[in-house]
This record gives sequence, C-alpha cells and structure tokens, in this order.
Amino acid sequence: MNLLNLLIGFLKVGLFAFGGGYAAVPLIRDVVLSYGWLDQDMLTNMIAVSESTPGPIMINLATYVGSTQGGIIGALIATLAVILPSFIIILIIVKLEKKLLRNQYIQAALSGVKPCVVGIIGATGAYMILQHIFTAFPGGTVDIAALAITAVLAVIYFGSRKITKRGISPVALIGIAALAGMLVYGIQ
Amino acid sequence: MNLVMDLFLTFAKIGLFTFGGGYAMIPLIEDNCVTRKQWISHDEMMNITVISESTPGPIAINCATYIGYKQKGIGGAVAATIGMALPSFCIIFLISLFLDRFLEIRWIANTFRGIKLAVGILILDAAIRMIRKMPKRLLPIIITACAFTAMLLISIFSVQVTSITLMLAAALIGLIVFLIAKRKEGDAG
Repeated sequence: MNLLNLLIGFLKVGLFAFGGGYAAVPLIRDVVLSYGWLDQDMLTNMIAVSESTPGPIMINLATYVGSTQGGIIGALIATLAVILPSFIIILIIVKLEKKLLRNQYIQAALSGVKPCVVGIIGATGAYMILQHIFTAFPGGTVDIAALAITAVLAVIYFGSRKITKRGISPVALIGIAALAGMLVYGIQ
Repeated sequence: MNLVMDLFLTFAKIGLFTFGGGYAMIPLIEDNCVTRKQWISHDEMMNITVISESTPGPIAINCATYIGYKQKGIGGAVAATIGMALPSFCIIFLISLFLDRFLEIRWIANTFRGIKLAVGILILDAAIRMIRKMPKRLLPIIITACAFTAMLLISIFSVQVTSITLMLAAALIGLIVFLIAKRKEGDAG
C-alpha cells in the first residue's frame, strides 16, 4: 500500500511540477506532508542536502523519501515515478514536432500556469522563512538568533551580487549557514 | 564507442557534476552536447530549454530524454534519462541510510538549524529571479500576486488545498481570458 502511495504521490509531483528545481518544492511539500512521509523539519533538511549533492532536486527528494518509506524498492519506485511523466511528455512532443506546444489553447492555459507557479514558489519561500524565525508560527514569539542569522545570510547572499556578477553560489550560502548554526547554537 | 553507451555515460557525468539542479545544469548540457559531441545545435538547445520550461518534470530529465531520443530513438532516450538520474539516485540512497542517526549528533543538528534558514532564502530568490524574467503585463502580475497570497494563507492556516488546485485554476483563467480576447477580436472583425 505504501509502495502504491509512493508511486501515485511522485507521479503527481512529476506531472505537475513545472519549471524544475525549486519549482517542485511546494508540490513535493504538499505531497510528503499530506502522506506524512516527512515532517516540515526533515523536508527542509533534505532540501539542503539535495542542494549540496549533485543532480536534480526532484530526483534527490524522491529517492530519499522512497528509501525512508520503502527501502531500495521504494527509492526505485519513487524515482521512476517522478521521471516517468516528463519522459513520456517529451517523447510525445518530439513526435508531434512541437505542434502540441504551439497549440493556442495549450499556450493560453500555460500563460496562466506560469505566473501562478512563480507566486506559489515565492509563498513557499516566504512561509519557510517565517516559520523558522518564529518559535511557533502562526502565534509564538520571534526567535532573535534565527532572525539575526537569516538577516546576515540574506545580506551576504544578495549583497555578494553587488560585488561579483554572479554572487556566491547556493552551496556556499549553505556552508556559511552551517557555520553560523554551529557558532550560534553551540558545538557540543 | 556505442552511441547508446556514450549517451548514458555523458549524461551520467552531467548528473554527477551539477549541483543545485534546474537551470544550473543547462550550461553543462550545452558544453557536452552542443560543443563537444555536437549531438544538437545551439538553436535546438534553446528550443529544448523553452520546451522544458513549459513541460512538467526536472529540466535536466527533459533535456536528456529529448537529446537521447533525437540521437537514437527510444533506446537512446532511456539510456540518457537513466544516466542522468543514476548518480543522484546512488548518492541520495546512501545518505538516506544514515541521515537520521547523523542528525542525532548535537553539533550536526545545530549546523542544520543554520542551514534551514538559508533554504528559505534560496527558494525566495528562485521566485524573485522568475519574476524578473516574467512578461511585465497586468494579467501575469495579478495571477502571481493572487497565487502568492493564496498559497501563503493556505500554508499558514493549514487549509486542505494543494498547489495543484491553484495551478489548475490559473490554467482555467488563462483559457478564459484567451477565449474572451478571441471573441472580442471576432466581434471587431
């Protein structure tokens, strides 16, 4: 049953996650929280791990959730499920020589979906930040240490682009954040 | 070397050496498949990027499937796609076996308390980059603002509505606006 859920859950992710990369995070979050596969904390940890290891984030997350829920078989099922929809859709598009994408109705629907995805990603990022700088959210008080670290990280990340064109990489930001966590919250 | 094997190994190499996923992979795919192997032209690569943006799934997988199929049919598509996914699969599978115990160590858990704060910033930044690239027209801006507000409220109040519902609603809005514009055009003409 669990394996069937993994298959259905990650087929959904593969079918509806437009844009790649972080675009998949809100959808993966919906799916893994609703099935209870991971809690919010573990999901955030895994996004950081995915960011610091090679490969597409969607595949990393699918492999991890699959493995913790159903061992190697679960990992295989979840990973294949997340790949399958895009694999089939691309084959159809190559066959139809892109005619499908030029279809005006499909274009009209996509013109609605694309800006919607941007809003969803923005809200997910904003919610994650709010959730971490309050002790409980909604309600709860501001966690001063978390707020300070977040502010410093944001200044470093966005400020570095004023100095060099590309700024520091996400992996570098995660490294700095790890160091900050260790310094502020202690090393024992 | 056999072409299917070459596709598999080339995409496995790309899968192994790109961190961050998504658009981070495009330069590496371009370097390998356009410049070195000349499997596709630069124009075709641009096309694939656009197609990948309009279709679901990881962009790297979309590219691998497309290039593999163009080179060697279904067999090529399977080889390139599996090659792309295999390195992350192996690495993450190994990590999944010990991450739980790893996080029980106090100082490692503390580093992750810091790392968590960075993840939100990275996701927000991805959205900001996408907003910059969006067409500056009223409708997309309104849709983005509504989706942002709706998703934030859904998350805060734990409403049982998924992001898929929002996307389907947005698709419907796109279609309705298109049909209204088309009818107006018809009336005018």
